[in-house]
Parts: sequence; structure tokens; C-alpha cells
Amino acid sequence: MTAWFESWGMMHGWAWFLATIIGILIIALPLMLAVAMIIYADRKIWAAMALRRGPNVVGPFGLLQSFADGLKVFLQETIVPAAANRGLFLLAPIITFTIALIVWAVIPFDAGVVLADINVGLLYILAASSLGVYGVIIAGWASNSKYPFYSALRAAAQMVSYEVSIGFVLISVVLWAGTFNLSGIVLGQEAHVFGLLNGYGFNPLLFPMAVVFLISSMAETARAPFDLTEAESELVAGYQTEYSSMAFALFWLGEYANVILMCALNAILFWGGWLPPLDIDLIPWFDIPGILWLFGKILFFFFVFSWVKATVPRFRYDQLMRLGWKIFLPLSLTFLFLISGYLMLVRYGVPA
Amino acid sequence: MIQTLAFYLFAIVVIAAAVLTITARNPVHSVLWLILAFFNAAGLMLIAGAEFIAMLLVIVYVGAVAVLFLFVVMMLDVDFAEMRAGFMRYLPFGLLLALVLAAEVIFAVAAWNAGGVDMGARIAPAAGDMPNIEAMGRLLYTRYLYIFEAAGLVLLVAMVGAIVLTHRTRGGTRPQNIARQVRRRPQDSTRNMKPSVGQGVEL
Repeated sequence: MTAWFESWGMMHGWAWFLATIIGILIIALPLMLAVAMIIYADRKIWAAMALRRGPNVVGPFGLLQSFADGLKVFLQETIVPAAANRGLFLLAPIITFTIALIVWAVIPFDAGVVLADINVGLLYILAASSLGVYGVIIAGWASNSKYPFYSALRAAAQMVSYEVSIGFVLISVVLWAGTFNLSGIVLGQEAHVFGLLNGYGFNPLLFPMAVVFLISSMAETARAPFDLTEAESELVAGYQTEYSSMAFALFWLGEYANVILMCALNAILFWGGWLPPLDIDLIPWFDIPGILWLFGKILFFFFVFSWVKATVPRFRYDQLMRLGWKIFLPLSLTFLFLISGYLMLVRYGVPA
Repeated sequence: MIQTLAFYLFAIVVIAAAVLTITARNPVHSVLWLILAFFNAAGLMLIAGAEFIAMLLVIVYVGAVAVLFLFVVMMLDVDFAEMRAGFMRYLPFGLLLALVLAAEVIFAVAAWNAGGVDMGARIAPAAGDMPNIEAMGRLLYTRYLYIFEAAGLVLLVAMVGAIVLTHRTRGGTRPQNIARQVRRRPQDSTRNMKPSVGQGVEL
């Protein structure tokens, strides 16, 4: 787009600036809309599994429910507790929301359709997602209230624990793809198994890692069954207890933007991103735009997330830690060794 | 142009955040300023073209180390007045350290003005188009392999040491043994008793 603006006679710097701003808006605005609709979808799926109707009053089929909620939240009063640490209290939701948005800069939507095609894309995602915990910790501490503080401690321990196994999973994907660039990783999955199946998830050595990543991504976004940070039976509403109005809405939006991001990462890292699942032209298979494949996969994973939320009871905290440290960590470490050993044998050859 | 601006932005924020880290009254604020300093240092690395180091700085320091710092500091019950009281006592020592650092800086600048040292020449210049993860990996796993492995061993020993020193098995708890729970079968744990009238069940 930069070149297009330059052809209008703009200076390079300004053309780049304008193109980048437009690129950011093209990603961020539909993302906000997607968050609103995905909250609606979440509630509908959850309701259907509980044999309820879910939101059905505002708009046709209740489609406008999220917007009504947004409007309501917008019109409410922002309450800052007297004992709270004012600056940090207001900073926390901003951090959560910003972090949830900046990660989308490196997500490739189609071949070449990506805002920042940097060669450390995956590390950038890891870095940004490890920042996400600060929003929660700061919110919990700045509220100066017991339950939010417990929630913040839980969140910190939970996210740091699961990031360890997520790190190993990502490294095994990077080993196979040979690059940290997300577009490169997707392209590396083309015709990966038997020259037929697109996606590292179809590879028997990487499939267990895909499962570990799916479950860890639920833990990382603090979704059910790992939503101990806001376990309502124990902690009221967790770190958001003292928040109201837009500050609460920012947490809400950031949380769901993170969930969509994790679904997108599942699709991109293991299930071929914008590529169709099979590398043969069945129906007009390749004519379907890649972005639709990606969205389909994201929606599928979101359905899985909702499904799990509706059906799996919440973990106890010690069970959560056990799963992270005693099961996922050894498992992902073992597979990391297996994968690097296999690659040494097949791809590089073992000297002597 | 934009690089220069970005450099001054990051550099000023790093220094300001560092000053605020040591002057902030509240230890939690101190840690948060420290995090800001780490983050901007990563920005400086990015400008220097070391994007891998920048990302590692954010992932390791900001994402893990500082979270644990914050975790510990938040749970500490700190008496602010007492902390202030120590200020005068440590002042001479702090001034001495500052003096040594200032002398070193002056010395380094003078040495730099005198011309480069031969030892400072790069041993293995990386190709310009190579991503710096690759360049670094190539050096770490060939030329510096033994040093790298030794550093890894030191960290491993430190980790094992920390666990050995702090781990203790607590008595009097009944931890969950998940394997035993899964292994348990109904027929092993239930009995069908048919007690006749007037007789109880022996457990």
C-alpha cells in the first residue's frame, strides 16, 4: 500500500506512515467487531449445550446483545475505590487491552497479507503474551482488595507455568519449520504429510504438541476449565471485582481478543493457517480465499473452546499446577528431544 | 531521522525509569519502573539491529524474572519508614560505588579516544543478510560450544541447588495420588454385604 500512496506523489515516510495506520485500523476494527460477535457466539453455544436459549431479545436472534451490553457498560460510572492505587488501577485494563491488540500485528491472514512480516514473529508473540500477565497482576494489586489480589497471584503463577510448556511447543514447531516467521511456518506446512495433508498437526510427532498447545492456550487465556483467576465461587470475580464501566469492558474485550488470538495461533502453527487442509483440488478448493480457511479454522477452535467451557468442570489449583509442571512439561520436553533427534537423522544427517 | 528520535526516546525513558526505580517510595512502583526500563532497553536493542536479543530481553526479563520480582515484592510487608531510615547509612557506600562507576566511564571514554584495541576486532563477522538468530546460533554452537554448554551446566546446578535447599516434604498432609485414584476399581473398594436382622456390618 506504501507504493500505492507513493504513486500519488507522497513522500516515502508519509506514505509508509499512512499505509501502516490504515493497516492497523483494518485489523483492529474488524477485530473489535469479531470480539463482540464471538462473545455472542460463546453465550449461544454455551446456552445450547445447557439446553437454554441464550441471548435472544436484542436484535434478530439476539445478535445485537453484545452491542447493547457494550452501550450499557459505556454509560455506567467509572468507580475507583478510595483505597485503590489510582494510577495503576486505571493503567491495568489499558495494558490488558493494548497487549491483546498488538499481537495481531504479526498474524498472517493470507499469503503476504500481514501487517509486520518480521523474522522473529513467533518470539514477538511469546514476548507480547508474556506481557499480558501484567494487566492482571497490576489490576489485582492496585485494587487493594483481598480477592483481586489472590486472583492476581493465581494468574501470575498460572501464566508463568504454562508459558514454559508453550515455549517448548513453539520451539518444536520452529525446529520443523526452520524459521520464526509465521508466514514461513504456514508455508512450511504445505503438503507436509505424504505431500497431501497441510498442517503440522497431521504429523504424528507434532500431533501431541498440538494437543498440549490447545490445552495450554486455554490455560494461558484463563478460560474454563482453567479460569481460576476469576473463579466466581471462590474469588467473586477475580481481578476484575473492583472494576466497573469501560475499565471492565477493556478487560472483557482484551480477554476475548486473546481467546481469538490463541485460536488463530492454533490454526496457524499446527493446522495450516490459510491453507486448505488437503493439498489436492477436490472441489474448487484452491479458489476459496485463504483468509476464509483461516477464519473457518479460528471459528472451529473457538467452538472447541466454548465446548470445553460448557462441559468441563473447573480444575482445582493444585491440579492445574500438576498438569502444567508434571505432565505437560515432561511431555513437551520429551517430544522436543524426539523431534530434534528425528530432524537430525532425516534432515541434517548424523556425522559418525 | 526516525532512528535518532527513537533512540533518544528509548534512552531517555530508560534513564528516567532507572532513576524512578531507585527513588520510588513504594517497592511495587519500583519494580514496575524497572520493568519499563527493561522494556525500553529492548527497544534500544531493536534499534541496534539485534531483534533476537530484544525479544529475549522482553520474554526472559519482563515476562518471567520481573513477574517473579513483582510477585515477591507484592507479598512483602514492607515498612516504608524503616526503608527510608537506611538511606543515610548506605549513602557513603553508594557514593563510593558511584565514584568507581564514574571513574570507569571516564577511563573507558579515554581509552576509546586513544584508538581501538586489536582484541576488540570481530572474530566471526556475520553475513549481512543472515537473520541474527541464525548468526548467533552458528557462533554459539560452533566456536563457543564448550563455554555455552558450561554456562548451561552452571544454570542446571543452580536450579538443582535451589530445589535441594528449599524443598522439604511436609508431614501431616494427605496429598492426592492421582495414579492410585485412577487405578482404583469399584470391585476393589466396595463389598456387597447382606447382614441378617440384628447383625451389623463389620468394616
